[in-house]
Amino acid sequence: MAAVRTSSEVALNRIAIVAVLVATLVFLAPIYWIASTAFKPKELAVSVPPTVLFEPEVTPFVRLFTKRVQMQKTVDPQVYEAAPWWEKRIYDGGERVLKVGKDVQLSQYPDRFMNSLIVAVISTVLAVGMGTFTAYGFSRFKIAGEADLLFFILSTRMLPPVVVAIPMFLMYRAVGLNDSHIGLIILYVAFNLSFSVWLMKGFMDEIPKEYEEAALVDGYTRMQAFFKIVLPEAATGIAATAVFCFITAWNEYAFALIMTNRRAQTAPPFIPSQIGSGLPDWTTIAAGTFLFLLPVAIFTFLLRNHLLRGVTFGAIRK
Amino acid sequence: MASVALTHLDPASRAAARGWSDLTIRNLFIIPTLVFLIVFNIFPLIYSLGYSFTNFAANRSEPWQFVGLQNYRELLSDDHIWSNFVITAKYVIVSVAGQMIVGFGLALLLNRSFPMKGLITTLLLLPMMMSAAVVGLFWQLLYSPSWGPINYVFGLGDFAWLSNPDSALYAVAITDIWMWSPFVMLLSLAGLSAVPQHLYEAAAIDRASWWYTFTRITLPLVSPILLIALIFRTMEAFKTFDIAYTMTTQPTAELIAIRLYKQAFQQWDTGKSCALAYIVLIMVLAITNLYVKYLNKVKER
Repeated sequence: MAAVRTSSEVALNRIAIVAVLVATLVFLAPIYWIASTAFKPKELAVSVPPTVLFEPEVTPFVRLFTKRVQMQKTVDPQVYEAAPWWEKRIYDGGERVLKVGKDVQLSQYPDRFMNSLIVAVISTVLAVGMGTFTAYGFSRFKIAGEADLLFFILSTRMLPPVVVAIPMFLMYRAVGLNDSHIGLIILYVAFNLSFSVWLMKGFMDEIPKEYEEAALVDGYTRMQAFFKIVLPEAATGIAATAVFCFITAWNEYAFALIMTNRRAQTAPPFIPSQIGSGLPDWTTIAAGTFLFLLPVAIFTFLLRNHLLRGVTFGAIRK
Repeated sequence: MASVALTHLDPASRAAARGWSDLTIRNLFIIPTLVFLIVFNIFPLIYSLGYSFTNFAANRSEPWQFVGLQNYRELLSDDHIWSNFVITAKYVIVSVAGQMIVGFGLALLLNRSFPMKGLITTLLLLPMMMSAAVVGLFWQLLYSPSWGPINYVFGLGDFAWLSNPDSALYAVAITDIWMWSPFVMLLSLAGLSAVPQHLYEAAAIDRASWWYTFTRITLPLVSPILLIALIFRTMEAFKTFDIAYTMTTQPTAELIAIRLYKQAFQQWDTGKSCALAYIVLIMVLAITNLYVKYLNKVKER
C-alpha cells in the first residue's frame, strides 16, 4: 500500500468493499434459494411474489425419503392421531405414505445417494492411491520423455466424457458392466487419475529429496523411505487431492447418465429425472439437491487453501 | 531435477543394493497408471475410430458395413451439425467473456485487505464446486416465467428465459458465468497478489493515473495467468454438456456435446457418432495442447 493514503483512496476502498459484499450476496442468492426452498411449505415454493422469509419446515425431506400416493378421501381421524409426526405431515398434504405391512417404503433417493457415495469413495481411493505412487515416480526418477508422458496423462483428463462414453458403453455392454458400480468406478478412476498424478507431483516436488537420502544412508530401503518418510510428509497433499477427486466423482453427470439407469444410478442423473411432467414439486427436489450439495459445501471450506492448486492441476501454488 | 536423486546414490553402494532397485520401483510406480489409462482411455478411442468408418448402429443386431469416409463427409456437409458448432461457438464466446470480465472484476475488488476477506472469498468460490447438472436443474425454477425470483427482481414479467428460442442459450450462459466466474477470480487473485508492491509504490510516487497503473503494470503482469484461465474455460465451455442438457431442450441451445449425445444414445447412429466424436476430440486436443504449453510457461516462473 502507498505510504500516504488520500481521502479519495479511502473512499474508493470503501466503495470496493461494498461492491464485494453486494457481489457475494448475488452469487450466494441461487444457493440460498435452493437451501430455503428445501424448507418451504409446498405452496410457498412457487408463490408470487417469491417468498424470502417463512417458517421453515422439514416436510420436503419427509417427502424426499418416502414413497407416497395421492389420497382419494380424507384420512380416518383415528389413523391420523396414531400416526407419527412425520406421517401426519404427509397426510396434511393430502397424500399417504406407502407401506409394505408396517414398513414404510423408502423412495429411490437414499439408494441413489448411497450409489453416489460408494462410487465416489472407492474411485477416489483408487485414483489417489495410484496417483500418489505415479507422482512419486515422476518426481524422483529420471524418465525418458517425461514431459510427453505427463502431457499424455493430462490429455486423458481433457477428453469430453460423451466422446469416451460411446466406445465404453459398447464395451461395457459386451462384458455386462452397464449399470454397475464397478463400471462407473473404473470410468471415474480413469478420469481422476491424471488429475491426481499432476496434483500429487506438485506436492511430491515440494518434499526435499534430502529426507529420503538421509533415510537411505541410515539403512532404509527406498520402499521403506517412501512409506515412512515421504508418505507422512505428503499427507496434506494426499488429503487435498482426495477431496478434489471425491468432489469430481460426486458431481459427475454425463458418464452416470449414459452408463447407469437403475441399480447403480447416482444422484446427479437421478435428481433431474424427478422433474417428470406437469407441475414439479420444487420443495422435494430442493431437499434432494440440498442434501446432495451439503458435503461439497463443507469440503470447499476444508479445502479453501488448496483450491487454486487444485483447479490448475498443481501448476500454480499460492 | 528428477535425475539428481539417482545420481546421488552410487549404484554399487550398500544402500542401492538393499531392497528393490530404483529402476524396479520406478516401473512399479508408473507403469500400472499408464496401462490403466491406455486400457480405459486410449483403447476405447481406437475402438471407436474403427467404428467411425462403419454404419454400425448399437441398437440393431444386423452386421455393420465398412463405409470408408462417408460418415465424415456427411457430417462435414450437414448444415445441422454446422449450426451446432455455431451455437457452441456463440456459447463459448458469451460465457467465457462473461466469466473473464466478472471474475477479473471481482478479483480487482477483492485485492485489498478487509475484514473476513478469507470467508467471503471462499463463499464466492462455492458455485464452481457444485454439480452443474443438479444446480442447472434448479436454475429452471429461478428462471421460471410464472414464479421465478429472477423475473420478479428484474421486473421482467413472464419472460420465458429457457423456452424462448432466442434467449435459451444466453440463459444457460448466464448460469455458466455464475458458476465459473469464481474460477477466473481465483486465478486472477493469485496473479494480482504476485505483482510486486514496489511497482505500485513507484507509480504512486510518479503520480501515475489509476488507468495508467492498471494498463501498464497490473494487466501485463497478470496476463499470463489470465490466459491460462481463458484457455481452460474455453476448453471446458466447448465440452459443455450437463448444465445445458438439464436446463433446456431448446434446439437453439443444442451444443455440440448434446448433439453428440443424442446422435449416439437416442438415435443410436453409432458409426456416425464415433466420427463426430473424433471431430470434437481433435478440436479439444488442440486446445489442450495450447493449455499445457502456457501452463508450463507459468510454472517455470
